Amino acid sequence: MLTYTIRRLLLAIPTLLFISLVIFLLVDLAPGSPASQIPLTVPPEVRMKILESMGVNEPVHVRYLLWLKQFFVVEPLVLIDSTFGTAFAEGQQRILSWQSRSPVFDIIVERMPQTLTVIGSAYVLGVLIALPIGIYSAYRQYSWFDQLGTFIAMIGFSVPTFFTGLVLILIFAVELQWFPSIYDTSLKVTDWDSFLAQVRQMAMPVMVLALYNAATISRYMRSSMLENLGQDYVRTARAKGMSERVVVLKHVLRNSMIPVITVIALGIPTIFGGAIITEQVFRVNGLGALLIGAIQGSDLPMVQTLTFIFAVLIVLFNLIADILYGILDPRIRYD
Amino acid sequence: MPDGADAVLDVKGLKTVFRTRGGEVHAVNSVSFHLRPGELLGVVGESGSGKSVTMMSLIGLLPSPPADVRAGEVLLKGVDILKSTPEELRAIRGARIGFVFQDPMTSLNPVFTVGNQIMEPLKRHMGLKGKAAEDRATELLELVGIPDARKRLKSYPHQFSGGMRQRVMIAIALACDPEVLIADEPTTALDVTIQAQILELVHELRRKLGMAIIWITHDLGVIAEIADRVMVMYGGQIVEQAPVRELFGNPHHPYTRALLKTIPKLGDERDERLQIIEGQPPILTAEPSACPFRARCAHAFDRCERENPLRRPIDGQPLGRGHDVACHWNPEGADA
Ligand SMILES: Nc1ncnc2c1ncn2[C@@H]1O[C@H](COP(=O)(O)OP(=O)(O)O)[C@@H](O)[C@H]1O
Ligand SMILES: [Mg+2]
Repeated sequence: MLTYTIRRLLLAIPTLLFISLVIFLLVDLAPGSPASQIPLTVPPEVRMKILESMGVNEPVHVRYLLWLKQFFVVEPLVLIDSTFGTAFAEGQQRILSWQSRSPVFDIIVERMPQTLTVIGSAYVLGVLIALPIGIYSAYRQYSWFDQLGTFIAMIGFSVPTFFTGLVLILIFAVELQWFPSIYDTSLKVTDWDSFLAQVRQMAMPVMVLALYNAATISRYMRSSMLENLGQDYVRTARAKGMSERVVVLKHVLRNSMIPVITVIALGIPTIFGGAIITEQVFRVNGLGALLIGAIQGSDLPMVQTLTFIFAVLIVLFNLIADILYGILDPRIRYD
Repeated sequence: MPDGADAVLDVKGLKTVFRTRGGEVHAVNSVSFHLRPGELLGVVGESGSGKSVTMMSLIGLLPSPPADVRAGEVLLKGVDILKSTPEELRAIRGARIGFVFQDPMTSLNPVFTVGNQIMEPLKRHMGLKGKAAEDRATELLELVGIPDARKRLKSYPHQFSGGMRQRVMIAIALACDPEVLIADEPTTALDVTIQAQILELVHELRRKLGMAIIWITHDLGVIAEIADRVMVMYGGQIVEQAPVRELFGNPHHPYTRALLKTIPKLGDERDERLQIIEGQPPILTAEPSACPFRARCAHAFDRCERENPLRRPIDGQPLGRGHDVACHWNPEGADA
């Protein structure tokens, strides 16, 4: 398992390099330059100077290599510096946003908590709802519970999140006025009241995303359970006199979780993608909103870096999913 | 059965129906038999004749729906277990009645160790814990001839060969010293040498433990080797029943005779055995009102069409004790 993991990690390097190149070139082809962010009143010579200092006039391969170095060397060093108080990254040029001129990673770190609290809790909630529903639907296949679950799941993954989001805003924010329609990023949880306010402003985006995630994952759980409920070893467990609880929640569930956990792990990076839309709808000032803003403002370094971070997450969670599979299924030996 | 009193297991008039989309399938029709202590009862019949469904009906192993055990009594030491609650049935399964299934490759749970799966019934039925459960599990693996037993408890099923897995299944079935062991085609999925080893093991276990065994197979060669008594099933009913020597020496039912002709002689291709009987077993959409074998029977006559034959003794012994057959035809010439 260890050698397998190491081999996979080594293999991930060329994959990621290739992805980074594609992302960099694609984004680089897009129109837009930092020049547009400099006020027109600035004289042309000064303008050129500023651009030069940003390295914009270098040929594309030089800029790509610089960006790579900044992503993989400088930024990790900055992280080490800020944790241990060292000064490895001193004097090194960091990736700068064209829009705000501050380091891209500082902005990302600032926006991360919003995305993690809203999107992360929606995902966890979605999984927690999905698993019992999937298990029980499969155990009572074609019961009214199962039929209702199927119906809601159909709605959950066929209706786009921006639509459910808008419907919720109309009902709960505009009509009933239970929840605020705009997410207040500056809210700090200090006491019970601010905690309640935080819960209320999270409620709708979390509900929308949780419904979507629960819909997909509960379907996976259900079909995986159904597949295993028909297996011979289930009959063996019953023939041994095991209670239905042990048969379903030990024998069947343990087998059914193998593909489902993989799906859950693979889904973690994609929730950031889903976040882009939901964050727009509910005005959550997170990473999704950051990306949209950067695209609109032609902030190429920000777009490149964010997109590449998503790519790294996808590759990473693919690896994690494979390793989990090997841990959960004793038949699989990677070495 | 008249002599059911001394039987460990006495089954009377068992009927099992499957409710399917295409209507009802009457898989088991008024099956009655008994099993004496220490006896090995062989059950033969082509696939689809209702052998498995009969045995699984006994202990509530069929999923309901679609299965519905409609009638009958299953007396285990005189107590009708068809009337027990699901909880009472669970206390019987795996404790007083052990089950071994056909396919050892899929009958064990792939993600738990063999030790875990053997200890489950020990914990549940015998209340054994920790070291005691482990000791008993080791003992069981040794009993079924698995070398290095204590270490093998930590292995997963995929680390065993097919034959070894079937030994593990037998160990699980015998874990709580059952009064009855039901083995449903336990050697069908194994190759011939392994099959012989498993049969040898069963001989030995019978000698040591003395439980009664029901052995399902479609291989009369196996029956000849191990059974005391044989029951031939066709179309969800028992068509002939006799002590093993009597059945082989003096078969009555045309179906039994045909089956006996299918026993391979040296040099025959194994696969061709059962195709010698022309035609297909029936799918019973209603309780049969005629002999289920008539369409394939060389001796069928008008009465076979009108009336499903009841089992009748043909050696003067009380029904169930000696040789009985469910057939209108009389081999000596005169119609019965
Ligand atoms: N789940 C089911 N649904 C409908 N019919 C079934 C089902 N299981 C078994 N049967 C019917 O019961 C008959 C007997 O099956 P079975 O007992 O498995 O035969 P065998 O003698 O090969 O063990 C089959 O021919 C089939 O028609
Ligand atoms: Mg069968």
